[in-house]
Amino acid sequence: MALTRRQIFERRQRRRSLTAAALSTAAVVLAVVLLVPLAPGWERVQNSFFDGTVLRTTWPGLLRAFWLDVKIFLWCAPCIVLWGLAIALCRGVRAPALFPLRIFGALYTDVFRGIPVILTIYLIGFGVPGLGLDRPWNSPYIWGSVALVLAYSAYVAEVIRAGIESVHEGQRGAARSLGLSSAQTMRFVVLPQAIRRVVPPLMNDMVSLQKDVALISVIGPIEVLRQAGIDKSKLANFTPYVGAALIFLAVTIPLTRLTDWLLRRQVERRTGSAVQ
Amino acid sequence: MHWMIRLRRYSAVAFAAVSIASVAACASSTDKVASTASSVAGAVKAAADPAACAKSATLTSGKLTIATGTPAFSPWVENDKPESGEGFEAAVAYAIADKLGFAKDKVIWVRTSFEEAIQPGKKSFDFNMQQFSITDDRKKAVDMSSSYYTTNQSLVGYADSKAGSAKAVKDLAGLKLGAQAGTTSLEFINNVIKPSNKPFVYDDNVGAKAALESKQIDGIVVDLPTGFFISAVEIENTKVIGQFAPEAGKADQFGLVLDKGSKLTSCVDGALAKLTADGSLAKLVTTWLADKTGAPVFAK
Repeated sequence: MALTRRQIFERRQRRRSLTAAALSTAAVVLAVVLLVPLAPGWERVQNSFFDGTVLRTTWPGLLRAFWLDVKIFLWCAPCIVLWGLAIALCRGVRAPALFPLRIFGALYTDVFRGIPVILTIYLIGFGVPGLGLDRPWNSPYIWGSVALVLAYSAYVAEVIRAGIESVHEGQRGAARSLGLSSAQTMRFVVLPQAIRRVVPPLMNDMVSLQKDVALISVIGPIEVLRQAGIDKSKLANFTPYVGAALIFLAVTIPLTRLTDWLLRRQVERRTGSAVQ
Repeated sequence: MHWMIRLRRYSAVAFAAVSIASVAACASSTDKVASTASSVAGAVKAAADPAACAKSATLTSGKLTIATGTPAFSPWVENDKPESGEGFEAAVAYAIADKLGFAKDKVIWVRTSFEEAIQPGKKSFDFNMQQFSITDDRKKAVDMSSSYYTTNQSLVGYADSKAGSAKAVKDLAGLKLGAQAGTTSLEFINNVIKPSNKPFVYDDNVGAKAALESKQIDGIVVDLPTGFFISAVEIENTKVIGQFAPEAGKADQFGLVLDKGSKLTSCVDGALAKLTADGSLAKLVTTWLADKTGAPVFAK
């Protein structure tokens, strides 16, 4: 099939921009690869941060420790979304009698977004078991996870609330005029639209949660960052941290790309295809 | 900073208690220090005249820059004030400085974390002293002096708990144990005690203490002097339940950390050899550290 003049033009444009991008990227990479090793301290930096033998010996331990991060993430993430949704709904209630719920929602997000996650983890992870709970209910795994859920649900609640408020008031009006109750309106009209809109920013929070899971290590569990720290002290070498970073990247980069893709798809659906 | 205040308030008491306890049996620990220090020397050839050797080997000419922790803990440095020369490591630092030919007022103290001590690039100190155990792995990244103190690992826990009645290493396998990050204690737990529960690791004494108080763990494994300090001062109702007899050649030996290839390493080794030979190192041990025989040894 013969190409139209427009298609030929577009193909040439595409090729040209591809070449330009490839050339400039190659130039930057080349400059970094050639210039950095010329620095006088490069060999020492290389030995401290990029030691292949150290990476090989510590890698299996790091992977094993990372499995704990994954597990904590997997059981925290659903709890965070559910609890965050509950808080967002609290903040959004309109019935005058339920005003205390609104106050609670606002206070909750203010407090838990305002204090450092690490303090929440210390406070809940050491404080609650200190009240006199017996094993296994004083486990740092449980209370560390609770702390993460409390902290992150505050962020997630704000994202979901923004989603709820982005749904046009007319939608509610239409739903109510059809005879749906206030709760039904929220459940069947507002939330489905709101949640769809906030999936990309929520993914963002999940990427960040994936890294903050490591903070649980301050109350005892040996997860990947702590394992790297232990190996670092043992070997007097920072390479294990680089190993941990590689493991994190292997998870967060695909997650981020997925988020980008979701966002783009959403934009395209709402506004048509992107302009070059 | 609540715990710092506690530390300050109690360290005077601890010091008194610790020195009384240590005077009681100074003879036995004297022998131990002397024998171990001489056994590790020899990796780098120790300088015969440390003072002459150190003359042009320091960071700032005419001054000796010594690093300690942020913060430094008792009984190693009392009240987080190394300048006072109080506390075992502070006292040893000044003794080494003296042998290297630096008067007290020529010593500059700086603070570093463990990371700063091993990071590549120019060091901010001549030598760094914060209970660094000497290991071959660490020697690949930094210079380590010969040993200035040899210690066993010990177990600290509540006297009236399940751990409190342990008599042998095998009694400990069912316990939940904790260790401090960056110490060799964790390795010790994994290699020697081999507990059925995964051990926990904390950034510092404070975390381990909180976990012990909330009964998340049954005991903390630490070096013996720190164990004595924790049990006497930091956590009420705890005791050093026992110490572990060293595996063959595996006792924890503390050494100074120096820049890789530092000219000062052999001078410091020379100074340490002299301090060991004339008995002053052993004397500092009895002044500042509790007597090792105060804790029972776990049966194998």
